[in-house]
Amino acid sequence: MTSGSYFAFKTVDWANMSAATWETIWMTIVSMIAVAILGVLLGLLLFETTASENIWVKVLNAVVSFLVNVFRSIPFIILIMLLLPITKNLVGTIIGPTAALPSLIVSAAPFYARMVELAFHEIDRGVIEAAESMGATGWQIVYKVLLPESMPALVSGATVTTISLIGYTAMAGAIGAGGLGNLAYIDGFQANNNTIVLVATVIIVIIVFAFQFIGDFLVRRIDKRTL
Amino acid sequence: MIEFKDVTKTFTSKDGDLTAVSDVNLNIDDGEIYGIVGYSGAGKSTLTRMLNGLETPTSGEIDINGDQITALSGIELRKKRQKIGMIFQHFNLLWSRTVIQNIMFPLEVAGMSRKARQEKAQHLVDLVGLTGREHSYPSELSGGQKQRVGIARALANDPEILISDEATSALDPQTTDEVLDLLLEINKKMNLSIVLITHEMHAIRKICDHVAVMDDGKVVEQGTVFNVFRNPKQEITKRFVSEEVDPALTDTNRIVEDLIKSYPDGTIVQLVFHGDQAKLPIVSEMIHEFPKLQVSIIEGSIHQTQEGSIGSLYLQITGNKESMDGALDLLKKMRVETEVIHRD
Repeated sequence: MTSGSYFAFKTVDWANMSAATWETIWMTIVSMIAVAILGVLLGLLLFETTASENIWVKVLNAVVSFLVNVFRSIPFIILIMLLLPITKNLVGTIIGPTAALPSLIVSAAPFYARMVELAFHEIDRGVIEAAESMGATGWQIVYKVLLPESMPALVSGATVTTISLIGYTAMAGAIGAGGLGNLAYIDGFQANNNTIVLVATVIIVIIVFAFQFIGDFLVRRIDKRTL
Repeated sequence: MIEFKDVTKTFTSKDGDLTAVSDVNLNIDDGEIYGIVGYSGAGKSTLTRMLNGLETPTSGEIDINGDQITALSGIELRKKRQKIGMIFQHFNLLWSRTVIQNIMFPLEVAGMSRKARQEKAQHLVDLVGLTGREHSYPSELSGGQKQRVGIARALANDPEILISDEATSALDPQTTDEVLDLLLEINKKMNLSIVLITHEMHAIRKICDHVAVMDDGKVVEQGTVFNVFRNPKQEITKRFVSEEVDPALTDTNRIVEDLIKSYPDGTIVQLVFHGDQAKLPIVSEMIHEFPKLQVSIIEGSIHQTQEGSIGSLYLQITGNKESMDGALDLLKKMRVETEVIHRD
């Protein structure tokens, strides 16, 4: 058997491959849930603090906005290293899928927060004002107007974020987080087995397509703006 | 009863201060439809936004049924807002909700139980004539239907007043009339005060009892619609009234000139009606009394206002001098304002 072949499927340990696939999916979903919650909260904070007259609110907006920009600019691979001590404290280890979560969340949440802020800004100002004129409280406006009216944008933003998270899980895998990235790196690249790399790639592409499909489907279902 | 007392609103910006509303005093009685007319930028929207506290006046005071809006805040203001319905030029419906869910929105805000909300909203759907469309989304409705949803939503919490902020400005003439008819019907049925902001004199004439004309932040003229139409004092009011009473004024002039050329021997008179005369058979009376006269109508427009009819009619009359003089006397006797535009 030639080493370096892409099609030596007999060399693939399918049990390992399947375990790695589930690790990737698990990391993606768990981190995405956290990113969605954090991102919506951060995005809401950014949205609500924009255009305020109050000096302290302005300062808060500037600080949050700055932090979001900083974390969005740090390359993911460096962010992992930067967060290693924190991860160790939080999770107790720096190896395995769970250890990847903090850096996945910290890198994607600011990214998603900006999308959320943008989605809120795209809501017709008049609709928010109409709700105000009906006597709605701030929170009622958030969960009865802002969230439902921006839902298609929130879901498509979450789809994009999920897909970049899948990419990040592979990168995190390369330095020990498990999943398909880890498998492709250790069993594929380091063992000079291109088949493993190819199979891992195909599975990742399928996962990406699946999330994209689900996202598009949900957006079409939710969006009632044009019928 | 709504009272504006010396209300002024100044916006401060980097480019200096802008006084949007200046020293406005208005009294709006219960159950009436009060029109506020003005061109865009006249301050009429700012004025009404102060009614529900979306803007606070820089100085002055606004009372609605004894509650001083300017003094309310927090939960009290929100409670009061529930009693002030508002409809908008661009409807401002939530696209993510169906017709009935949109109407339930203010009821949810007011904390009504699910079952009571359903019943109330269904009743309102029927009231505004959207029965059968309750589960449609706004994107499936026409402009007029959307505004009906807006009206139902504004009525949901049994408001004390209804504010209409250019609510017909985005609609075509026929739909405008339908929506105005609905507002009038609601006003009569529920004895609900309506404040109607518009730049269309047509809307004022059709349903309002009183009108205030705004220009550059000030109320420059106010009174009953009937009086303001009949006898506009300010230049801007005259402009608004002329747009409405005789939109084809220039056309008529041209026709009159042509007719003078074609029938140099005829007499052309303009009859102006205000009030009950328009109901009398004035022209047929005239022909009956003076059968030798030939009468043809050149142009005419009669409008119904809440207090009577107003309008004008151009007639070309040919015949002998005696009959002609007699006819003009008769018109005077019937107290029709008559102007001889051309007499051979």
